[in-house]
Amino acid sequence: MPDRSPPARLGVRKTYKLFIGGAFPRSESGRSYPVTGRRGALLAHAARASRKDARDATAAARKAFPGWSGATAYHRGQVLYRVAELLEGRAGQFAEVAVKKGTGPAKAAQQVAAAVDRWVWYAGWPDKISQISGAANPVAGPYFNLSVPEPTGVVAVLAPAEPSLLALVSVLAPVIATGNTVVLVASEQAPLAAISLAEVLATSDVPGGVVNVLTGYTAELAPVLAAHMDVNAIDLTGADPAARADLERAAAGNVKRVFPAGPDGQAEDWTATPGLGRMLAFLETKTVWHPVGT
Amino acid sequence: MVDQVVDASQVWDYAPAPEATDIVSIAPSYDLFIGGEFTGPAGGGHFATLNPATEQPLAEVAQATGPDVDRAVAAARDAYQGAWGRLPGRERAKYLYRIARVIQERSREFAVLESLDNGKPIKESRDVDIPLAAAHFFYYAGWADKLEHAGFGPAPRPLGVAGQVIPWNFPLLMAAWKLAPALAGGNTCVLKPAETTPLTALLLAEVIQEAGLPPGTVNILTGDGATGQALVGHPGVDKIAFTGSTEVGKEIQRAIAGTGKKLTLELGGKAANVVFDDAPLDQAVEGIVNGIFFNQGHVCCAGSRLLVQESVADTVLDRLKRRLGTLRLGDPLDKNTDIGAINSRQQLDKITELSAAGEQEGAERWSLACPIPDRGYWFPPTVFSGVSQAHRIAQEEIFGPVLSVLTFRTPEEAVAKANNTPYGLSAGIWTEKGSRIFWMAQRLRAGVVWANTYNRFDPASPFGGYRESGFGREGGRHGLAPYLNAPNLKAGHAGA
Repeated sequence: MPDRSPPARLGVRKTYKLFIGGAFPRSESGRSYPVTGRRGALLAHAARASRKDARDATAAARKAFPGWSGATAYHRGQVLYRVAELLEGRAGQFAEVAVKKGTGPAKAAQQVAAAVDRWVWYAGWPDKISQISGAANPVAGPYFNLSVPEPTGVVAVLAPAEPSLLALVSVLAPVIATGNTVVLVASEQAPLAAISLAEVLATSDVPGGVVNVLTGYTAELAPVLAAHMDVNAIDLTGADPAARADLERAAAGNVKRVFPAGPDGQAEDWTATPGLGRMLAFLETKTVWHPVGT
Repeated sequence: MVDQVVDASQVWDYAPAPEATDIVSIAPSYDLFIGGEFTGPAGGGHFATLNPATEQPLAEVAQATGPDVDRAVAAARDAYQGAWGRLPGRERAKYLYRIARVIQERSREFAVLESLDNGKPIKESRDVDIPLAAAHFFYYAGWADKLEHAGFGPAPRPLGVAGQVIPWNFPLLMAAWKLAPALAGGNTCVLKPAETTPLTALLLAEVIQEAGLPPGTVNILTGDGATGQALVGHPGVDKIAFTGSTEVGKEIQRAIAGTGKKLTLELGGKAANVVFDDAPLDQAVEGIVNGIFFNQGHVCCAGSRLLVQESVADTVLDRLKRRLGTLRLGDPLDKNTDIGAINSRQQLDKITELSAAGEQEGAERWSLACPIPDRGYWFPPTVFSGVSQAHRIAQEEIFGPVLSVLTFRTPEEAVAKANNTPYGLSAGIWTEKGSRIFWMAQRLRAGVVWANTYNRFDPASPFGGYRESGFGREGGRHGLAPYLNAPNLKAGHAGA
């Protein structure tokens, strides 16, 4: 007897693309590279971004900067909290990605929960950081003198190689919470969480261009961003230690703020509650004077 | 009585009012200050420092080379691991208070020496440089035993040995900006004053001796760019603080790439001073003059680009030129002098070259027709109108008494033009409309914004740039961050 039962449903696989200016293009170069999981299983062909993609992402980030940095702190907090809500709803998907990369199911769930909590932690900062890092300065004269923190501008973030969503969120959230816009280079080995996060950002209220995500070879993309004259700062957390000095040298071309500077030594404990360092590194202090008089 | 009516057309000349120089005693030759002692340079070389108003040598100072840098860094390391490092904050505070007090007590001596070596008017060294230098030590003295309250997290720690390289435009004040927060934080220092203005730093070395700081806490190396390079590149230095040109700042950032040394850079500027049509124009004119002609324009935050609203441009230019006509250029030691000498032949050449470029590119030049002394380095206050954004004099830092005037029609245009520079150190706004001040202040990409005032400085007020004007802040609570290790400062070059 021929089998007349309907065939098992075929799964719909996802195409992992770049995230630039709120859209999901493939690399303009047409290139991709294989991303593998446990026992070398093929998980996806991720886009292998080119130098041109990095420049496009930078242009998108620059374009988004006036709007995002000019938004009220209250508004940025609302938008970021909304992202946490959507992350929570997609927790299962993120845990699944982690499991495919080899994390145990219980640990994956725990890490995703911590990542959502981390995002909530940062969502509360936009309307508080000015009060912590700003100042009313008692100058010796009849002047009203205030210092306020302002975002540095376009920040390139080399995400840590660590596959977890927690590490990714820990480097991204502080940079946008403070009003910067970002070109993020995803972990080369584990880019899927970053692209899934981009999908969350795209469906939340984060304006297009505030976060741009590139997947590909960090060694190919990092020097372009480090030398780019319209990138104001670079986070080298995910840089190859051997490449760090060259990247810092390239960053000097337009006096980029570099974080962390030099050989860091210790790996960061992503589970610990962060300090303010990752926010303060991408803030500039502006001091405004005005005479007092009648 | 009718015949006693003052004739308003009569011109009353100023009588010379030179400050006496007998208060300073300048030695014929100075050594390096290392480990609490004045000691000869390893290479044996000395070079002259000139009075830029007369081109006469004032003294010979030592040329520090690699071995001297080694000795100074070793002395600083010893002090850090020894006497200075062991001191509790309250004791460090008292040393800094002592330095502040001695500078106050010897202020006239410092002021005269500064004007002799730098060429700036005595009224500026006397009323601005020296009092502010003392105030910086006094301000940071009070932080030394309160660091845990500075908001950087519990138990902030010093970084170690700081290598500090400073410019010639505010010699003693820049030394104070560098040393005071570093020492308050518990660091030890190797300071290199500028090649053309070493004398007040060497007098400060005497003050530091007199204050009894543990030997090696502060070391002062005179020399040229090569000395600075050796200091920046020295593996025993944990932190670099530099004030100077953007070009050299980039070289330093490259030189220390990958070393993990902390870095603060306070670099060049091309500040816009924006005057709206509703501004109090007479006050604005005073602010424009103070903005660009203070200290001969040798000011990184100088308001070197005047952006004036088109409808009042002619009025402002007329009043500005009339006001400039009252400025007195000449002997820096004369108490009536407004514009002193250009600090060096090299700087005079640069100002002359860029001003010539302004004319060649089509801007209209107006220079004050004032008597220029026969000897010394001088440049008359100069205003270029009809300047376009592409002109070199609108883009490059001239660092001299040269103002470039551009016009705008709308606030949006003013912001776009003001921000059209790779720099971002300072900016000025002149308008009576409060909401517009805040609107502008939010949009100007600059670390210091002066509204209805210009060129104000205070030890409690953070100072430093955006973009290629550098990173890190000096002054205020923020000025401590670059010299501390603390939970909230993990990280970037500048700390915060």
